[in-house]
Amino acid sequence: MAFIYTDPFDALFALQRALDAHLASDWLGAGTAGSGGFPPINIFQKGDDFVAVIELPGVEKKDLQVEAREGTIRISGKKTIQYQDGASIHRRERLAGSFDRSFTVPVEINPDGIQAEVRDGVLALFIPRAESQKPRAIKIK
Amino acid sequence: MAPQQELQVQQKREVEKKQESTIPVRQFLPVTDIFETDQSLTLVVEMPGVSKNNVEVRVENDVLTVEGRMDFANYGGLQPLYTEYNVGNYVRSFQLSSKIDQDGIRAELKDGVMTLVLPKAEKARARKIMVN
Repeated sequence: MAFIYTDPFDALFALQRALDAHLASDWLGAGTAGSGGFPPINIFQKGDDFVAVIELPGVEKKDLQVEAREGTIRISGKKTIQYQDGASIHRRERLAGSFDRSFTVPVEINPDGIQAEVRDGVLALFIPRAESQKPRAIKIK
Repeated sequence: MAPQQELQVQQKREVEKKQESTIPVRQFLPVTDIFETDQSLTLVVEMPGVSKNNVEVRVENDVLTVEGRMDFANYGGLQPLYTEYNVGNYVRSFQLSSKIDQDGIRAELKDGVMTLVLPKAEKARARKIMVN
């Protein structure tokens, strides 16, 4: 299902419903350090390939590492919060600390082809499916 | 704060409004830090995925409202397989005290985090009263 954008509220609602429907689906399997950790991950399919979207507000690019080996992708780094000296804190809801999370996609991917992009506190990983895994059209004689 | 502390996932809190919207679209309360120094009050609001063009900060009747809209066009052609969080717009309002200089509020957005600096007003100015 691809989203069609006519009414922005409808489109957002459709997206939210679609995200809900796949909440912690078993696609990643139970064998990985898949769920429960920081940062939270959403994985989408885009054509033959995959896109992982990860929310990391306040994490600077220099504090973020992404590694890939075979089908496993590791995201690690740290988030620091600095308060001005002498500031009195009224409300503290943001969390700081280090994180290290890996997940394994259940299909063969091309780890060398992964592209990472971080924008507005969101990390997007473009994960290409391995060439050998791509479906081939079969000619009908 | 110990930098080695392991980060936890924060569940997004939904906005609870007096009026319900006609479509059950979800809005989220952005996680916020507030701290005060001698000169100012600073609000740090986390809105991942919100760009500069999609954010609105306004002051109305001494209420500061921060609104961030997500750009869901980025999700075009994507089909979810596995999800752990939902996305939506962010809204949060704060009551301002009279100590704040409302014209001097500055905002900056970086890495999905908005920093709002609310300068304190000059000391309540002594007013001269003319005697006729």
